Amino acid sequence: MKLDSLRIALRGITANRLRSSLTVLGILIGVGAVIVLVAVGNGSSIAVQQRIESLGTNTLLINNRGRAGGGAQRTGTQTSLIQIDNGDIAALNDKTQAPDITSASPIVPVNGATATFNGATTTVGQFVGSDANYLTASARKVDAGRALTTDDITNHNRVVVLGRTTAANLFGTADALGQSIQINGVSFQVVGLQATKGSNGTQDLDDFAVAPYTAVQDTLTGAAGGYPQVIVQARTVAAENDAQAEIVTILDSRHHLSATATTPFTVLNQGSLLQTSQDTTQTFTVLLGAVAAISLLVGGIGVMNIMLVTVTERTREIGIRKAIGAPRSAVLGQFITEAVVLTIIGGLAGIAAGLIGSHFKIAGVTPVIAGYSIPLAFGVAVAVGLFFGIYPANRAASLRPIDALRHE
Amino acid sequence: MVAHPPVIDLRRIVKTYASGEAEVHALRGVNVRIERGDFVAIMGASGSGKSTLMNIIGCLDVPTWGRYHLDGVDVRRLDDRQLAMVRNRKLGFVFQSFNLIPRTSALANVELPLAYRGVKRKERTERALAALDSVGLADRAGHLPTELSGGQQQRVAVARALVTHPSLVLADEPTGNLDTAATRDILDLFHRVHAEGRTIVLITHEPEVAHAAARVVRVSDGLIMSDERQTPRRFDTYSTAV
Repeated sequence: MKLDSLRIALRGITANRLRSSLTVLGILIGVGAVIVLVAVGNGSSIAVQQRIESLGTNTLLINNRGRAGGGAQRTGTQTSLIQIDNGDIAALNDKTQAPDITSASPIVPVNGATATFNGATTTVGQFVGSDANYLTASARKVDAGRALTTDDITNHNRVVVLGRTTAANLFGTADALGQSIQINGVSFQVVGLQATKGSNGTQDLDDFAVAPYTAVQDTLTGAAGGYPQVIVQARTVAAENDAQAEIVTILDSRHHLSATATTPFTVLNQGSLLQTSQDTTQTFTVLLGAVAAISLLVGGIGVMNIMLVTVTERTREIGIRKAIGAPRSAVLGQFITEAVVLTIIGGLAGIAAGLIGSHFKIAGVTPVIAGYSIPLAFGVAVAVGLFFGIYPANRAASLRPIDALRHE
Repeated sequence: MVAHPPVIDLRRIVKTYASGEAEVHALRGVNVRIERGDFVAIMGASGSGKSTLMNIIGCLDVPTWGRYHLDGVDVRRLDDRQLAMVRNRKLGFVFQSFNLIPRTSALANVELPLAYRGVKRKERTERALAALDSVGLADRAGHLPTELSGGQQQRVAVARALVTHPSLVLADEPTGNLDTAATRDILDLFHRVHAEGRTIVLITHEPEVAHAAARVVRVSDGLIMSDERQTPRRFDTYSTAV
């Protein structure tokens, strides 16, 4: 009997092909939209995550808002300004004061630094002076030559580690290691090359150079004003919040800042940034999914509409079936099966459409199909068919045979 | 010998419809007993109440008042599901407008009552083919209703009515939409079915069709006017005499 009702349902569906296809199309679009839009949300979430992880997940960045002594003081309510100096760096690196901090490296940025070699000139995207821990802290690796060492820092060695893009700009395909380049007119020797890191979405992370901050301060920036940025590596990702608290405590006490005043520095916590962005993209995904779910619901209403038309159209047939002894359950089953078969066809086609649609870049996002979205969308589609099929089917099953037979 | 209950036992059947403000008394106290193996024609003009009577006999409608025993079962006590079962097992319908299920082969149409009864597929097909064969349409089993003539469609409907071996074949104006030749075919078929011992109730307003039956019950104004036995005559002897 189960097979029979399926056969009867298929006959009903094929009886009016155009109408059935349009109904299936409604479900197809709904299911397809759920899969594609959730994949877009998922894809953008993964992209943002990768971007943040490329900066190093267990790092914190201290930004000093201004450097004391530089420029005219403005009147009015002022945030007291501080200089982050070597004492601060030493305190942050002190394991007893800051047990959750692995390393703190000062950053001395040189904006718009121009590097030249043998007539080739390039503006380095990001040129910083820092210490031996900088590369590890910022999740960079050296895959040719060597990294900066503590000796380089203490001896003020004029050496530099280059990113691959910068190296290519200066040397082309030739070997850069051991060569001497001019940065803003000062010679630095290339000792290492950074492993390719790619883009973080806005910036080429390989258009980069790092040199000992001591040497950079000597030759390019001078030592006045302290360090505008410090990159801090927490012990673990989980220890980031503790590390952040330690940074604030150390800087507040060393610079005699009251806890209530607006601090002159900010601490950027990559982990919380990641969390925030995950929350945001999660919301985004849910929102996209909800929009798609609405179209699925509209598709379901389409199923109900078509089933109501079908029941009305086939009232006489229902009357005949009842007259020859079809029980209520058989008529109910027939029309529910028909509705569910429509949504199953639509659901399967929708999954196919969703899988195909997710291969294309949409609004700059490469969709990544979320595994759960396929059974979810399909399940919801079938449930929608059941739900919206029940009312018309019930209407058919409740028809009195005598009324149904008289129906023209 | 064990006495069989009558196939139909209608006592003081009253049926009243509310039609707007007015009440329509379709049946005003009808008593009919039909024994097993009888061939009864119920005759009456349109509006006489014969269709209402037929609907009540066919368990498609319930009387407002009165008692109806079908094959010894009090029909008023049955719920929807049991009524469906009664229609399936005890009744076989033949309608004026054939009422085959559209887009469904003759064979599948004949199989349908068996399917609703839960008969296995193989047995179903065998029995349906036998029923089609008995109405002379074995070679049309795969045809759709639209591919058959009116007379052939009605014969499929008769096969569908007979396939369950019902206690009663109920035919509502079965020849109303047929030409003379097809009418003769169908009435001959009824004769044969009757000769096999089946009970037939035929509703008609055409006297020449009623002549085929062994007993004629005339209905008028919701009451039975006459109930008499007659010698069945073949349809064509009558029509050629006209």
